[in-house]
Amino acid sequence: MCGALVFVVPMAALVVRAPWRSVGELVTSGPIRSALWLSIVTSVVAALVSIVFGVPLAWVLARSRLPGRRLLRAICTLSMVLPPVVGGVALFLAFGRRGLVGGSLDRWFGVTLPFTTPAVVMAQVFVAMPFLVLTVDAALEQVDGRFEDAARTLGGSEWYVFRRVTLPAIRPAIVTGVVLTWARALGEFGATITFAGSLPGVTRTMPLETYLALETDLDRAVLLSLVLVAISFAVLYGLRGRWVGAALSGGGA
Amino acid sequence: MWGRWLPVCVATALSFPGCSASGDQQVLVFAASSLTDVFDRLEHDFETEHPGVDVIVNYGGSSLLAGQIEQGAPADVFAAADLATMKRVLVADSPFAEPVVFARNRMAIAVEEGNPMGITGLAGLTADGLVVVLADEEVPAGAYAAAMLQQAGVELTPASYESNVRAVAAKVALGEADAGIVYRTDIFADGERLDEVVIPDPQNITADYPIEVLHDGVNAQAFVDFVLGATGRVVLSDAGFEIP
Repeated sequence: MCGALVFVVPMAALVVRAPWRSVGELVTSGPIRSALWLSIVTSVVAALVSIVFGVPLAWVLARSRLPGRRLLRAICTLSMVLPPVVGGVALFLAFGRRGLVGGSLDRWFGVTLPFTTPAVVMAQVFVAMPFLVLTVDAALEQVDGRFEDAARTLGGSEWYVFRRVTLPAIRPAIVTGVVLTWARALGEFGATITFAGSLPGVTRTMPLETYLALETDLDRAVLLSLVLVAISFAVLYGLRGRWVGAALSGGGA
Repeated sequence: MWGRWLPVCVATALSFPGCSASGDQQVLVFAASSLTDVFDRLEHDFETEHPGVDVIVNYGGSSLLAGQIEQGAPADVFAAADLATMKRVLVADSPFAEPVVFARNRMAIAVEEGNPMGITGLAGLTADGLVVVLADEEVPAGAYAAAMLQQAGVELTPASYESNVRAVAAKVALGEADAGIVYRTDIFADGERLDEVVIPDPQNITADYPIEVLHDGVNAQAFVDFVLGATGRVVLSDAGFEIP
């Protein structure tokens, strides 16, 4: 129970310290609205991108007989524990104008990623996708292979078996993973400010706006934090009851 | 349970930098991020001269540091990048003597080594396709840059407003930006990768760096004296600062 205090006290402090009187005018102010909108759009796109790339990746990690599987799993989840700033620098070295890949993108297609909205999404995917990969990976390992074997014996193609047997079994895990990924993407700061920079309306998301507000206006910083807390809380609370709870108790059976 | 873990906890606590080397006296210095290299050197030199005193420097944007001090961070010494920020702290904290200006800095345009884009001045920053980054106006370096650009009649949309001036220099050094407005000293600090495009005096701004003891203490005062003294002046001017 004492453990809960670790989380409750700081949140309570935010609520107590909030400049409730000026909430209205602050929330509707231009910079906050554009940062909020940008945050929502980029984090949702990052979550979608994570599904597209993360589920197949989890499948490879859980099911394939690839020789370097354990190594690959470690690499693909490294960004969860890395300081995000390190992630930002790594993204620069890979996708920056002079980067390993970014250099060619610039030369051949005239595409430069840093300081653009797609760079925000990339930073978020880089940091947040492991949450989806790990959750789905774990669920896939727990799926009872006999059901899939049975479907195969009955003549189902691999794709059919995946779609009709495996996917329904891991669906709760996918939902959990997506929610965690989205929440992590929404709060992403370090990799974003490093790789994408901070330009209002283009790359300045809520966490960046909050950090900047801290430089001069604590009230605004507190309020921005509260808005983020409220959104994340609403989603985590709402989904926990409906889906996430089912995923955690049902395991993926 | 506690009997078993207590020694571990104590050992862990002692190994934190903040609680190192038993018996050492500590001076906690808050310094603007543009002072990073200078204060790293001064810290080292001071500790060599004063064995038994451990100087710990916390770097950050001046306003962020001021905010931390207002929230009760136990800073013994504060070195800021502008007087206005220093005054904020002196109002919040118990006022000591007038802060002393120990260094002056100028702004400059940082470009990559060799100036590949051939930038000659503020007006040149609006050229097509040029990636320019500035510090955000909420930190002093960004406010100076904005004021200079406005005074010079240059309208500019940068690729990014960085949260501190070192991040601006880093973006240019990495090659991700073609130019950025920074302190001259930031260019000195990374002379291998950065070149300076001088901003002429009439267009330029002088930044005053004040320093002040916030909590009375022999060692805190000794460190401030050290910064103001002969060693401090040499280190500061080596780094591109002007000495008042």
